[in-house]
This record gives sequence, C-alpha cells and structure tokens, in this order.
Amino acid sequence: MTTSSTTSSRWRALTRHHLFWPVAVLVLLLLVNVPFTPDFFSVRMADGHLYGSLVSIVLFGSPLILVAVGMTLVIATGGIDLSVGAVVAITGALACSYISDQHDQGALSGVLLAMGLGLLAAVVCGLWNGFLVARMGIQPIIATLIIMVAGRGVAQLITDGQIITINSEPYKLIGGGYWLTLPFSIFVVAAVVAVTVALTRRTALGLLVEAVGGNAEASRLVGIRSRRIKIMVYMFCALCAGIAGLMISSNTSAADGNNAGLWIELDAILAVVIGGTSLLGGRFSIGGTVVGALVIQTLTTTIYTIGVPTQTNLVFKAAVVIVVCLLQSPKFRAKVFGAKFAARFAAKGGAKPAAATADPAAATEAAPKMEVS
Amino acid sequence: MAEPRPVLEMAGIVKEFPGVRALSDVDFRLFPGEIHALMGENGAGKSTLIKVLTGVYSLDGGTITLDGRSVRIASPLQAQQAGISTVYQEVNLCPNLSVAENIFIGREPTRMGRIQWKRLRREAAELVDRLGLDIDVSAPLSSYPLAVQQLVAIVRSLNTGAGDGEGPGTKVLILDEPTSSLDRDEVLQLFALMRRLKEEGVAILFVSHFLDQIYEVCDRMTVLRNGTLVGEHMVSDLDQVGLVQLMLGKAMGQLDELHEHQLRSDAGDTLVQADGLGRTGGIAPFDLEIRKGEVIGLAGLLGSGRTELARLLFGADQPDTGKVTIGGRRVSMSAPNDAIGAGVAFCSENRKSEGLVPDLTVRENIILALQASRGWTRPIPVAQRDELVAKYIKALDIRPANPEARVGQLSGGNQQKVLLARWLITQPKLLILDEPTRGIDIGAKAEIQKLVVSLSEEGMSVLYIAAELEEVLRLSHTIGVLRDRRLVAQIANGPEITTSRILETIASGEHQ
Ligand SMILES: Nc1ncnc2c1ncn2[C@@H]1O[C@H](COP(=O)(O)OP(=O)(O)OP(=O)(O)O)[C@@H](O)[C@H]1O
Ligand SMILES: [Mg+2]
Repeated sequence: MTTSSTTSSRWRALTRHHLFWPVAVLVLLLLVNVPFTPDFFSVRMADGHLYGSLVSIVLFGSPLILVAVGMTLVIATGGIDLSVGAVVAITGALACSYISDQHDQGALSGVLLAMGLGLLAAVVCGLWNGFLVARMGIQPIIATLIIMVAGRGVAQLITDGQIITINSEPYKLIGGGYWLTLPFSIFVVAAVVAVTVALTRRTALGLLVEAVGGNAEASRLVGIRSRRIKIMVYMFCALCAGIAGLMISSNTSAADGNNAGLWIELDAILAVVIGGTSLLGGRFSIGGTVVGALVIQTLTTTIYTIGVPTQTNLVFKAAVVIVVCLLQSPKFRAKVFGAKFAARFAAKGGAKPAAATADPAAATEAAPKMEVS
Repeated sequence: MAEPRPVLEMAGIVKEFPGVRALSDVDFRLFPGEIHALMGENGAGKSTLIKVLTGVYSLDGGTITLDGRSVRIASPLQAQQAGISTVYQEVNLCPNLSVAENIFIGREPTRMGRIQWKRLRREAAELVDRLGLDIDVSAPLSSYPLAVQQLVAIVRSLNTGAGDGEGPGTKVLILDEPTSSLDRDEVLQLFALMRRLKEEGVAILFVSHFLDQIYEVCDRMTVLRNGTLVGEHMVSDLDQVGLVQLMLGKAMGQLDELHEHQLRSDAGDTLVQADGLGRTGGIAPFDLEIRKGEVIGLAGLLGSGRTELARLLFGADQPDTGKVTIGGRRVSMSAPNDAIGAGVAFCSENRKSEGLVPDLTVRENIILALQASRGWTRPIPVAQRDELVAKYIKALDIRPANPEARVGQLSGGNQQKVLLARWLITQPKLLILDEPTRGIDIGAKAEIQKLVVSLSEEGMSVLYIAAELEEVLRLSHTIGVLRDRRLVAQIANGPEITTSRILETIASGEHQ
C-alpha cells in the first residue's frame, strides 16, 4: 500500500514535469520507426564520421532547432515572428552571392566576411520587426508578415532569381561538415542553445521576458523597459534564423531564394508549442523547444521511413501534431483519463462512483467560454 | 420553527491541489430565502468551495445536492443552467467590450441567428436602471473603474435566466467578495438588491471580510479554517469577537490604538511637490505637497478621481499639465520608470490586470520591481534574493509560505500581500497604496495598517486610498478630499475630524 502510493505519487510528479509529454512523444515516434527500420537506433562509424538515423535527425533538424529557439523568446513576449523563413533565405542568398563573387571561394577571410554580412542582414531584419512591434505598436503577426512576403523578393533580387551554387570548403563546414566525428552543425546548435539558456537564465532577461508576455500592463507599471526587451528579442530571433540560413545554404552549397527555409516558421511555431510554451506568452522553456523541434524532425523522417504516400504527408503530420497538442492539454487529459481516476477515488472513499450527472449531454457540450479564470 | 429543506447541500467536500489540501470534508448548506456568509481567513478555502460548487474545479470527494437531487456540476455553464449564478472574486469580463455586451455575452438575444444589438442594449439599460445604477451601457467596460466593473459583473450574473427565458432563473446567487472595492453607497445599493432577491426566495452565498457588512445583511454563516469546517451559526447567536475567534482559532487583540500615530518631529521636508498637475478626462489640475514620513489619505466617492490622481503621481498616465518635483528634482512623469527612478512605488487596486503576473512564482513576482530597476544585465544575487523574499513572505505572512508557488494559485488576499511585498522590497520614498486592504482578512488588515504606520515613522511617505473612510481617517496625517475629479480640500487630521465631517466635505465640495 505505502510503496504503491509513493510510486504513484512519484509517477504523478514525473508526468507533471513540463518536459514529460514532449519527451514521451519523441520516444514514441522514435520507436514507431523500429519495425520499419530495424537498425534505426544503431550508429556506425565510417571514414571517421558517425552515421545513423539518430545522427541525421539531429543534423537535418539543426536549422529548425535554431529557428525555434529564437522563436521561443519572441512567443514568450506574447509575439510571433513569421519572417524567419524569409530571413533564412536572405542570409543564405547574401552569403552565397558574396562568396560566388570571390576569386578564391575557399579563402577563409572571404567566407567569414560573407557569413558576417549575411548575419548582419538578418539582425537588421530583426531590428525592423522589433521596431514595428515595439515602437509602432503594430500587431506582431502583421508586422512580421511584411518581411515574410517582401523578404523572399529581396532574396531573389540578391540571387537574380537564380540558384547560386558555390564551391567553398570552409563554408561547407557549418552545415555539411564534420568535427570530432560529429556533424559540425550539432556543435553550432549546442553553442546557440547554451548561449540562449545562459543569456536568459543567468541574467534576468528570461524573467523580464516572461513578465512582459505574462502581463504587459503589470510589467509597464513595474518599470520594465518592455520595448527595449521586445526589440532585443526580435533581433535575437532573426540572428538565430540567420545562422540557420547559413547552415541550410552551406549544406547544399547553394542559395535558393525561393525555397530555402520555406514554411520553416510554421514548423518552428509548432516546435515551440509542442515544447510547452504557450502562444499567449509568458513562461517559456528552451529545453522544451529543442525537444519539440526534434519531434517535428523525427516526424518528417518517420513519414519517409514508414512510407506514408507523399500526397498525404501533410495530413499525416497535421494529425500527429493535433494528437500531441491534445495530450499536452490538462483539460483534455482530464476529460479522457479523468473518468477512470474519479472512479478509482470514489471506490477508495467508499462513495458511489460519480453520483449521477445532472445532464450528460450538457456535460459534454459545456465548453466553458469565459467563466473560468 | 421547522426548518425548510435546503436548496443546496454539500457534504464531505474534498479538494486537493498539488501539495495543498484546500478543502477537507467540508459540509455546507444553503436555505432558500437566506443570506449566508462564508467566513474564514485568507486562504481558508472560501473561493475554492465556491469554485468546486460552480464546476470551475472538479471535486475530489463529497456530494452536492441541489433541490433534493444529487448533481455533478462539470462546468460553470452547467452551474448557470442549474440556477447557480456566480460573481467570482476576480472580475472576469472583457474590458474592451461595451457594458451591454459584457452583461449579455454568451447569451445575446438573437433572431434567426443574428444578434439583435438594439434589443441587447435596451435590455441591458433596463437591467442597469432597475438596479438603480448610473452606467452608460454602450461605453466600453474599461472606461469604468474597477468598482463599477464589479457591479456590472453582478448585473451579468443576475441576468441569467432572464432574456430568452432559458434556464430556471437564479436559485442560488454566489457573491465572492463583491463589496471589496465598493463605496458605502454602492454597498447599500447591493444590499437592497440582495434583500429583494432574498424575498423572492433566492439563496445567497456572500463572502466578505467586512464583519459589519456580515452582521448587517446575513442570516446565517459558515466558518472555515484551513480548509476545514469550524461550524455553522445563526448570525444572531454569535458576536463579532466570537466569530473572529472561530476564524483565527484564537482570540485577536483589538486594533491597536493607531490614533496616537503622529508626524515625526523631523518631518517637514517636502518630498513631493505637484503643481497644477492634471490630465483632461482624468483629474483637474491640483497642487499637492507630500512631506517626508507623511501619510496622505484620499477620500472621495467612487469615480471621484482618487485612482486617477495616484496614477498621475506615478506616471502610469501622462499628465498634460503641471509639474512634479520629488526630493527637489523635477521628474518628467512620462512613464512609470521616471517615477520609480525617483523612488515612487504604486500598488494598483486592480491586482489581476495591473499587478501580478499569474504564471510566475511568488518569488518572481516579489522581485519583479526591484529587478526591473536594476535592468536585465544585473540579476539580484541568488542568496540575497532568497533572503529578501523569505523575509517579506514572513513579514506579511503570505500563505502558503512557498516562494515557488504560482501566484495565480494563491488566494485573493495572499495575492494582495505579494503585490505589497513587491514594492516594499524596493524601499521607496513614496508608497502609493490604492486599496491595499482589498480582499484582506481582518487580522491581516490590522497588520497592514500597522505596517503603514511604522513605515511612516521610519520616514517613508504614503499615499493611501481606501473605500473605508474609517481606515483613511485612522492612518492619515492629511486627508485629501476628492469630488467630481477635483481635489477639493486638504484637511489636517486631528481629533475634531470625523467621518461625518469628511462626508460633509465630500457632499458639499468645500471644507469649513
Ligand atoms: N488552482 C490552485 N492551485 C493550487 N492551489 C490553490 C489553487 N487555488 C487555491 N489554492 C490554494 O487553496 C487554498 C484556499 O484558497 P482559496 O482561494 O479558496 O482561499 P479563500 O478562502 O478564498 O481566501 P481569500 O480570502 O484570500 O480570498 C490556498 O492555500 C490556495 O493557495
Ligand atoms: Mg477568495
């Protein structure tokens, strides 16, 4: 009796951890692959590089993780950034077109300059977004829509509407190279995540961001300079998108103004939500977002390995995302699993299980509209 | 007299939150045509009992019987349909919709699926009129002060069952601290309304920390302590001292003699000087001097401009005339930051929308103002932070005394204390308290008043706003009287100043 109650309370504490559901879904998705790809979890070494499905999930998921990490902070302030996909395209286009103009495409200095140029452009985009949102008071969804649409055009202008291909060893490293047997991009992602966590949790930035997103008026009255914080956050988000843009173009050694980073904003927003950060702003979790991004990437991989017909790809993905989001909603869990728990409690207490509901029909349709605080 | 059958019976109610047993084995009953007070300290479980009854929280044990039938109420909507109307402690309306829309939201009169806006406005106006309130129903709710919003919430809850005739009409009306920011006049209006409903046979559950109000309107009361039932009594059988003893579990010393509290001899240096400060639509230009260590109380009716005056002194609203100097330096007051930098702190009356960040913890909410003034690059060192937070949790007796608890889960009174702690921690020179004892139980109320006195003795200036005139009178050195958004008089407090003299000044607009 005692042991069972302590294990059950430990289990309950575990399920209440904010990372429990995202991680559970990730593990489940990974396991789904095993019947189709028996060696799914195996990692092997070839030419001094590690290969395997897990490694590729992280490798291909790297840009998404970066974009999603930046997006997390923006969402935590109660905003949203739709322009990240376009920023990915602009950054890649600028860097590649600069490199392609060089005599010696392999020169390290030229590559560094190209990357700096690309990232600078990204940060300027972020500054613009932040300016529109924080200074002009435009709704984030509209403000960032501007670069989402116009940015693709800019990227195409930079590439003259062509796909620019380059041949640069050093540039190849960031998105397609290896270091210490692992894809180099993993180190980039690890560094960005570490810096973000340090920046938000070692300083008071995280707290202030959560306060602004959790209650904007209260934050103003408490003296938080929320405009400044919002501008910073949009710039940081764009910087992350910029690094992702470098990674994507480096991986393919090409800049495609049209398709690079297409729809990545939606995947990133999904990753943030799956990671447990509310779209309403407030509390955020960088760890959750990383797991969320890995869920999305694993899902994409899974769709290929289990052979979902290409036409139904998106429907399948949507279905999984819906299930994940529902699982995370305490209300939904209470509705689905709640009856069992209630019955168990009633049995323990010796009372009759669930004294007849006044009106079962009303119970199911009674979605509280505004009464619940 | 044979007792009629109760309209509502709750038996053996249990409600647990992670780590807290908010209610254990509580019985409660409510008879038709009675006004029943639910009493208890902050955090005793009053709001939780109400929310369990109205389906906001699910039940962990116990039964609810309504009209002799055992029911399970799964949502607020269902409660409403079963004839239970509720006004929750925190006003839950849509500030950017009009008053009329707020009254009818979710059950607008429709014809062929289309909302009949004219009828909606007309019926809302009729309802408001019938209750003797002077409110323009087409104005946005946010244009009214919190107290009026609270009245609107009451009108809204009563309206269930009217309109298109759905539902059985209100059998049980629940009012969770509806009077906490009302003036005497509004309270009387509300009481008249409650008595009328009582005569119609409605059972009313009433929560208030004002004991006088309980003794004025209630017939019966149930006392909770720490989530358990202490007893049910007829109001006539139990005097105030006995009640307090039941609530606290021990006898409480009477409010100490606060009248003695006098300005310190070294007071006299001007701290704040406002000249012709004003804002159109807010408050007419006023001059105000606040000296070091002085407590200035603001008296006036609802909507007389007390809060507006306070907000100007904090830069929460931008003044369009006049200037302010604090400690001899001119302060621009274009944003709260300017005032905070000059040592001003402001506890808003509206803790939900202007005060707390509900998702953050008690600790995070307490340090927010201090952290904001340090900027994001200089976090408060962990050890110092924890020590400060622990100190204020203890000093204000915030319960649960857990700095990790989410503020949104605290009881109303404890949330208020968190807000107070947030500003005390910044050690301001001028502390503006707008209804600081709103929703606070009598024990804690006395503590807070004592705190104001001791802060003032230590040299902090306080601008104090409270609906209760006695409270203002007890604490203030100077009383500023407002009327129709104008500061009409500043009266030095003294033995000859009584509430009735202040009321006269409020009524006539001048001080003899
Ligand atoms: N959603 C929640 N999650 C966790 N704990 C909660 C939640 N709601 C209330 N509590 C806890 O339950 C206890 C009872 O709270 P409740 O709000 O019922 O008090 P109350 O009697 O209404 O007090 P007050 O007079 O301050 O309004 C408190 O300890 C509170 O912290
Ligand atoms: Mg309460």
